[in-house]
Amino acid sequence: MKSVGARAVAGLGLCLLIAGSRAAEPVRPQQAQSDYAYLSPALRTLQDDDFANPGMLWVDRGQQLWSEAAGPAGQSCQSCHGAASVSMRAVATRYPAWSPAMGRVINLEQQINRCRVGRLKAAAWDYESEELLALTAYLSRQARGLPVDVRIDGPAGLSFERGRAFFYQRRGQLNLSCASCHEQHAGSHLGAETIPQGQINGFPVYRELWQTMGSTHRMFAWCNEAVRAEPYPPGSQDYVDLELFERWRGGGLLIETPAVRR
Amino acid sequence: MPNSRIKVPEQAKAGDKVEIRALIMHPMENGFNFDSQGTTIPVHIITDFVCAYDGAEVLRVQLQPGLSANPYFSFYLTATRTGPVNFTWTDQDGTITTNSATLQVT
Repeated sequence: MKSVGARAVAGLGLCLLIAGSRAAEPVRPQQAQSDYAYLSPALRTLQDDDFANPGMLWVDRGQQLWSEAAGPAGQSCQSCHGAASVSMRAVATRYPAWSPAMGRVINLEQQINRCRVGRLKAAAWDYESEELLALTAYLSRQARGLPVDVRIDGPAGLSFERGRAFFYQRRGQLNLSCASCHEQHAGSHLGAETIPQGQINGFPVYRELWQTMGSTHRMFAWCNEAVRAEPYPPGSQDYVDLELFERWRGGGLLIETPAVRR
Repeated sequence: MPNSRIKVPEQAKAGDKVEIRALIMHPMENGFNFDSQGTTIPVHIITDFVCAYDGAEVLRVQLQPGLSANPYFSFYLTATRTGPVNFTWTDQDGTITTNSATLQVT
């Protein structure tokens, strides 16, 4: 009886040890490569052209919104933060991040809305609205060329684990997980298209298919629908967790917002 | 007024051919798309794009529903003398978007 109990305790200890070491230093399954590497030459040229890149329209709009007064006090983002090129230089590299005030991991879009509602006392922007996409693109643009650097330890660990579970969970009528395509078959072809790794270092992206800008969550929802699974609503915690895992999975990939994707 | 981007060189020599670029944020709905409820999204396009240099029209384009969103134009004009380069986009409902820059000719 005693030995069984002791064994159980030892087993539990071992499990905790394994779980502990995993959370501390997870191993990336593959060498990360930006989806830019899988693009056609025409789209690469478009992304590299800072004038013709249609995503820059949203970046411009975001720049206007940065200094546009909102709320009863007539304050703008700029009133507190000053020049975005200085104060927001590396902010986009850190999100999604743990928010002590919210008690959960939030992404950049949600942080923008938190600022709008909490500080400016203005109405929150709808997820996927032109304004929210524009400001997210503008802030991410400030971090262009910097490596993604999200924290997955501490309180964000649970969120990270949920994101990882989501990534490897088979779903939908086609019974595919994210990993089935983007990890096991990255670089192979699906019809005429090359399957990319599904890295999100260029988001929000201008997508040819949508003919407009889209957030990470719109992309997740699109991918979920493509395997005939029920998509989650944009801004849901499931997608934020997945976003955190995806950002980490990209390792130190450089931010290339606004990216152009097919 | 939709967001637009233009690129006109700041300076040019008389007789030079300079590249002009213009981009505007517009959905260019072609009338064949459906929303999530299955309702047809009506046609919503820009119908005219005009560029004028130093008071004279140098380019006029009539746009049709087959064009993709956020239409982008790139063309050349011959610099003659210092003057404004004006861009005008006309929406199908008559909304006009303008943007302008000055070309310095030396």
